[in-house]
Amino acid sequence: MENNRKILLEAKNLVKEFYIGGTKKNPQVVHAVSNVDLQIYEGETLALVGESGCGKSTLGRTLIRLLEPTSGEVDFDGQNIVGMSEGQFAGLRRQMQIIFQDPYASLNPRMSVKQIIAEPLVTYGMKNKTELEKQVKALMKEVGIAEEFYNRYPHQFSGGQRQRIGIARAIALRPRLIICDEPVSALDVSIQSQVLNLLKDLQEKYGLTYLFISHDLSVVKFIADRVCVMFLGSVCEIGDTDSLYEKPLHPYTKLLMNAIPKADPRLRNEEKELLSGEIPSPVNPPSGCRFHTRCPYAKEICRQQVPEGKTVGERKVFCHFPLG
Amino acid sequence: MNESVVLDVKNLKSHFFTAKGEVPAVDGVSIQVPAGKIIGIVGESGCGKSMTAMSIMGLLRYPGRVVDGTITLDGRDITHLKPKELSQVRGNELSMIFQEPMTSLNPVYPVGVQVREAILLHQKTTKAEAKQRVLDIFQAVGIPEPEKRYYNYPHQLSGGLRQRVMIGMAMVCRPKVMIADEPTTALDVTIEAQILRLMKRLCAEQGTSIILITHNMGVVAEICDYVYVMYAGKVMEQAETFELFEHTKHPYTQGLLKSIPRLDEKADRLYTIEGVVPNLLHLPKGCSFCTRCDQAQERCFTEKPGLYAAADGHGVRCLKYESGVKMDGE
Amino acid sequence: MAGRYEENNNVQNPSALQAEAMGPDYAGGIHGMEAEDIAAQIGESETWLDQIKTMVRQNKLAAFSALVILVIILAAIFAPLVAPYDHLEQSLTDRLTHPCAAHWLGTDELGRDVLSRIIFGARVSLTIGLVPTLISMVIGTVLGLCAGYYGGKVDFVIMRLADIMLAFPSLLLAMVVMYTMGGGLINIFIALSLVNWAGTARIVRSQTLSLKEIEFVEAARSIGVKKWTIMFRHILPNCLPSLIVLFTLNIPSAILSEASLSFLGIGAQPPSASWGLMVVRGKKYLFSEPWLSIAPSVAIMIVVMAFNFLGDGLRDVLDPYLKEQ
Repeated sequence: MENNRKILLEAKNLVKEFYIGGTKKNPQVVHAVSNVDLQIYEGETLALVGESGCGKSTLGRTLIRLLEPTSGEVDFDGQNIVGMSEGQFAGLRRQMQIIFQDPYASLNPRMSVKQIIAEPLVTYGMKNKTELEKQVKALMKEVGIAEEFYNRYPHQFSGGQRQRIGIARAIALRPRLIICDEPVSALDVSIQSQVLNLLKDLQEKYGLTYLFISHDLSVVKFIADRVCVMFLGSVCEIGDTDSLYEKPLHPYTKLLMNAIPKADPRLRNEEKELLSGEIPSPVNPPSGCRFHTRCPYAKEICRQQVPEGKTVGERKVFCHFPLG
Repeated sequence: MNESVVLDVKNLKSHFFTAKGEVPAVDGVSIQVPAGKIIGIVGESGCGKSMTAMSIMGLLRYPGRVVDGTITLDGRDITHLKPKELSQVRGNELSMIFQEPMTSLNPVYPVGVQVREAILLHQKTTKAEAKQRVLDIFQAVGIPEPEKRYYNYPHQLSGGLRQRVMIGMAMVCRPKVMIADEPTTALDVTIEAQILRLMKRLCAEQGTSIILITHNMGVVAEICDYVYVMYAGKVMEQAETFELFEHTKHPYTQGLLKSIPRLDEKADRLYTIEGVVPNLLHLPKGCSFCTRCDQAQERCFTEKPGLYAAADGHGVRCLKYESGVKMDGE
Repeated sequence: MAGRYEENNNVQNPSALQAEAMGPDYAGGIHGMEAEDIAAQIGESETWLDQIKTMVRQNKLAAFSALVILVIILAAIFAPLVAPYDHLEQSLTDRLTHPCAAHWLGTDELGRDVLSRIIFGARVSLTIGLVPTLISMVIGTVLGLCAGYYGGKVDFVIMRLADIMLAFPSLLLAMVVMYTMGGGLINIFIALSLVNWAGTARIVRSQTLSLKEIEFVEAARSIGVKKWTIMFRHILPNCLPSLIVLFTLNIPSAILSEASLSFLGIGAQPPSASWGLMVVRGKKYLFSEPWLSIAPSVAIMIVVMAFNFLGDGLRDVLDPYLKEQ
């Protein structure tokens, strides 16, 4: 992989905390994203993988300022967008869009397909009715929704079709970066593959950059160029998909892969090593390495020191004792 | 499949009576559950897999109704039981766990008490004895510190622990059959793997049969002994798990397996089953899958296929296999 | 404690009970929503207009109430045509006649036909039911949207103001306004609007709070849609069903407030025919000519009940928050 590719978005020491109660002196804070450094290269698909509560969705939303970060920096195309005024940010906002997980909640039930897809265009000043209609129909065709459904409402579509409408809305402004927040995890298997193929086609056609958030490692294997594994708000390991799947460096990555049920009974292994225990609370995360409470290889140092990032070839791993 | 069959569902038909017409949500499903085995029912949403489970449990309500077929549990016909008799069977010989363990537990009682009540309702024991059995089952389903957890309220437990409590409650009366409707869909993969391992172990130790309903082919491959693949209210293919995955016969099952991204190979594009699930009110005249099938021939659009035996214990609802013996009595 | 638990669940295993409680539609979450999927497949999903049609079919009482309200509205609009006499026409020879063929509900102390006055009085009562309710709901909706969407200080100020309004006995507050500004229709409008907005604001705020977390609102934000557009295009339409219900339930309380104010002598002023006023004027003759008070009271009762039944019926089919339970 070439090192001189253009960085489209870069997070530096990004922190997002949610205040959930407690007193002024002793506040209760959810540490959703803790000191994350991340680069997304132009034109690639970076997958963000982890279990629920690992902060992957929060991170995705913070990167495009749907949530304001608590501290840290996000550079989009070289400009720090954190703390930018609304007016300054308006021009950049249209370059980053998001596709949501739940196709039922992501479309306003009281708006027709036409209105939903036209909204981004109208917001950025397209007034001409015929031009608008032409564009919306072109977008519908692009994502595989028949033109005659132009005036229908979301409840008249199936989950897969709704997800396509959400995709049409996201690409309407020809953005450069799209955050895909679990876009296929609510869909049936046969529909899931249709939507994944569509996302790949669109990426090729428009040179899109995806941040693909998912808990499903097999989907990630298909779509991602690079993978970032997160646990409890911090990054465990980043690397290109093939080598990461072949040889996980972080114990968590390895155990996560063990846990996936594989659609082949010959791969059954009753003895395989499973993660024990539950995910610790993000309100009181464990000291040191956040994974140490579940890690079968944890030693004293893991309880005390937060691991520094170690570079192994093209990959980066945050572990005191990387595997391999 | 000639081991002792605990639950025998024959030609079950459950219809929904709606303003637009009668919807055949479950259309002639036959399922046999042998003792101590895990049976998988797999299919996409709307295929009737959950409706089949609700019908077996007698939980189908207006506008849905079982219109035909028989359900035999351990030699006793339970298709048309009165509500009171049914509630004796439910939770005792036949139990069920659901996808979302939070809504399945009453938030205002400690979980231990709720499980104890399940025992007291169905069996004559003292409260102290019942409590001891709860603690035993908590231990068995892998709940750490059972004494402490006994007095916890549902919201104090994590999703994984709640699902363990639900499994404990479902197993505590040693039912003959437990139906698990997407038991791990709401859970994280690492927790899912724990729960699946637990179910497999309980099934082996206690001799309870499990009907596992899921959309996830991986889950099926992982723990099921025998699999039914459903589509549009009908069983499309049924076989023992290894047979099904190694010698997949039905074009639908083949399509499903091909469209799952695999971990062990890198593909540029995924195989897709084109189109959407057909409207159950206007199913094609022939095979219900013909409109999406890439191997469909002219006949498929006009003739309804039966369920033919393609190999020993391997049924396929596809005209390609009509030389085989018909397995259903249509 | 365990004993009480048994009482509550005397027949079934809790897990079976839980399943029962979930009812026929229950089939799990996103992957398992078979009943809904089936409904979607056959095009059974409903818009709220469809739901109102369902209500008309299923809830006969609500449908009948709607009919009654319609008849009363028509009678009020065409009062000069419908009423047998003019409501101001006095006839000293016909004072206090008992109900008879010429005067179905008798006449009052000035010889005016009671039935005609009730029909004309419907104009006053309905206007007072509709106009201040509408005004107060518009105010309440805008304030509720702002409070819910902006949060923080805006929310704090608006909601504390609403708390203060709700802490006062509303009739007392209306009386204070009426005493300082004098009687008359316009002042009743102002008084009742000022009193009633707080309830609407609370409901709209709570709905806004939950709606703004839903992903389609997030999607609009990610596009860069302006705040006011989000509030009025995305959030408000989704509050509409609850607002319709609230509207039908607020009307009767406004009508009752007017009647009370008029009864206390600070509402509608004579000689206008307000039902509240008629009740108070008939008070003197309660034992000799009781119909003078009873007839307008019954009219108030019918209108109030009709609106309440209609509101309940609409709530059953429209209100998503109630439906979930």
